Amino acid sequence: MIQQIIFILISGAAFFFAFRQFAKIRQTINLGKDHTPTGDASERWKNVALVAFGQKKMFKRWIPAVLHGFIYVAFLFTQIELIEILIDGIFGVHRFFATKIGFLYPVIINTIEILSFLALVGTVIFLIRRNLIKLPRLHKSEMKGWPTKDANIILILEILLVSAIFTMNGTDVVLQSIDPAHFPDTGPLAISSWLGPALFGGLSESTLLFLERAGWWVHILTVFAFLNYLPVSKHLHILLAFPNVYFAKSKSRGEMDNMPEIMNEVKSMMGLIPESEVDMEAELPEFGANDVMELDWVNVLNAFTCTECGRCTDVCPANTTGKKLSPRKVMMDIRDRATEIQANIDLGKIDCKKDADKPLTKENYSDGKSLFDYITKEEIHACTTCNACVEACPVMINPLEPILAMRRYEILSESAGPSDWVPMFTSIENSGSVWQLPDSREDWIQE
Amino acid sequence: MAQHAAEGTKPEVLFWVGCAGSFDARAQKVTKAFVKILNAADIDFAILGNEESCTGDPARRAGNEFVFQMTAIQNIETLNGYDIKNIVTACPHCFNTLKNEYPALGGNYNVIHHTQYLNQLFTDGKLSVQGGAFKGRKVTYHDSCYLGRANGIYEVPRELLKQLDIELVEMKRCKTNGLCCGAGGAQMFKEDEPGDKRINTERVEEALGTGADVVAANCPFCITMLSDGIKAEEKQDEVAIYDISELIIQSM
Ligand code: SF4
Ligand code: SF4
Repeated sequence: MIQQIIFILISGAAFFFAFRQFAKIRQTINLGKDHTPTGDASERWKNVALVAFGQKKMFKRWIPAVLHGFIYVAFLFTQIELIEILIDGIFGVHRFFATKIGFLYPVIINTIEILSFLALVGTVIFLIRRNLIKLPRLHKSEMKGWPTKDANIILILEILLVSAIFTMNGTDVVLQSIDPAHFPDTGPLAISSWLGPALFGGLSESTLLFLERAGWWVHILTVFAFLNYLPVSKHLHILLAFPNVYFAKSKSRGEMDNMPEIMNEVKSMMGLIPESEVDMEAELPEFGANDVMELDWVNVLNAFTCTECGRCTDVCPANTTGKKLSPRKVMMDIRDRATEIQANIDLGKIDCKKDADKPLTKENYSDGKSLFDYITKEEIHACTTCNACVEACPVMINPLEPILAMRRYEILSESAGPSDWVPMFTSIENSGSVWQLPDSREDWIQE
Repeated sequence: MAQHAAEGTKPEVLFWVGCAGSFDARAQKVTKAFVKILNAADIDFAILGNEESCTGDPARRAGNEFVFQMTAIQNIETLNGYDIKNIVTACPHCFNTLKNEYPALGGNYNVIHHTQYLNQLFTDGKLSVQGGAFKGRKVTYHDSCYLGRANGIYEVPRELLKQLDIELVEMKRCKTNGLCCGAGGAQMFKEDEPGDKRINTERVEEALGTGADVVAANCPFCITMLSDGIKAEEKQDEVAIYDISELIIQSM
């Protein structure tokens, strides 16, 4: 009974705090501008099925795809076991499903056992790749400190989780022969049927009972810890990958979003639409983005979904030739800046108000900093708009879009930007060509 | 085009020459090669000549939406004025902007890249080659970002190359994983940011690694970048960079 009450209290707290953190993330993502998803809904669902659920884009690189696949599928299946643990914990029963679903039970438990073992293999190899082989894409400058620690913490939690599962199942198998009344027969288990007796055979019943409970508790507590750790970790992708893929803009990759305000102004300047249709008095908004509030919320969702895997940076022509630009860093910076703004808003910092008389909201926010304090101009200037990062990202993040939005801010709102570009701009404006040339466009015909 | 309009006739297709194709000495050769092929295939085409302006691609990607809108809207006025339906261009940047970005501004055309157009001419039997000049030679193909990843066209240019009986050797980074030449996003018009290496050097090294003596491309800016890279490696006498249309005209 006491165990049940403790369990209910702990689960309640775990879900409550996790829910609060997820709500906060939702709010932070909404710092971004409104944006209505365009394009075909069936196309989006297809992406969710293939890219998010089916991990299609991971298979550009086979080895990590297979290893990650083990952990992913194990994660999916373990959810069934977690439901059982919750039922057992709340009602004080043991292996609730064992007697309820007949032959399916051993099938499910065996599947989980095999997948857990494969996940363990994957986890160990990932730890080795990260820490011993030191894969270059996992050791770029933006990965120093917390991001590297974050990745290792989760891998170690995974090992803890799998060990708990095998302790729980292994002792259970041994106990089934000692006390069949309380430990219903699960049938032969792929791993625990031999690992259990090998490790725990010959132990006293009380030790076995203790170990079985320990395995059970460590398992569920690790899951709760994981749930509450997700929101501050790159592992948030296991949840956000799904909405992120759904909301990914479905348009041609070569197309930049149109800016209707500027289009209409130019059209009215050229006398193509009557001036009455354009409100010339209206204060022109700032163009482009110098902060999270001017990005689309999809861009911010992208940032929170980023797994920091570095596939984008690994193929970025600017980064691989030693330039400072790293598309992964762009996404991480957007996330960190958004988190900073939301934290200041939550604290109600008065010195972050634009207008001291109004409440502190995202519209009334100014802390004297901007996204340019995180992402330098040198970085955004190096982008060739090649779309390699967009193509490479396994969860359909688009790092190119915020880069271009920041370029627009720099040129349109600050009238700054690389001076090399100025002759190109004036030349297009004056002579309709990227180069200031006196010749006619038809001279090549002469020969 | 003005001539067609005066005569009240309509060409089958408008050839959008682009800034590079009009003014850049190297790209002019591609323009001429393509025009010769069109003439050989007896295609009734037109150009806008001095009525054509930059599509605005580099200005837009640099962030200058005003300049983009001005030149784009002017082009759309011209194109709509002549009631143009079909456009072919030898530049993937022009192709992308005309095809994907002009519709939002009121310019809707059927736009195709010259590699697609040439492939169609082969399929329709309007074009054939003797397969002489490059027969059996090792050729590698460089995917431009704006034809490839931006618009998903990878196989058409390769099919075209097959017509020439060449031996196609792929670089390690090709198709969806193709490496940029370094020119896009208005990089063509500015100095590189500080780094260890130029992007075109990286790409040229990869191309040289295939042992090919011809690099086939589909974009005037790629051609400039790769040619510069080859010169920097002092290999210009051993390896040639050609647009696919130039390979075809040399085989006809
Ligand atoms: S689009 Fe820009 S950031 Fe992305 S890979 Fe290409 S150069 Fe790098
Ligand atoms: S943007 Fe995508 S590819 Fe790049 S690090 Fe994040 S998840 Fe990986």
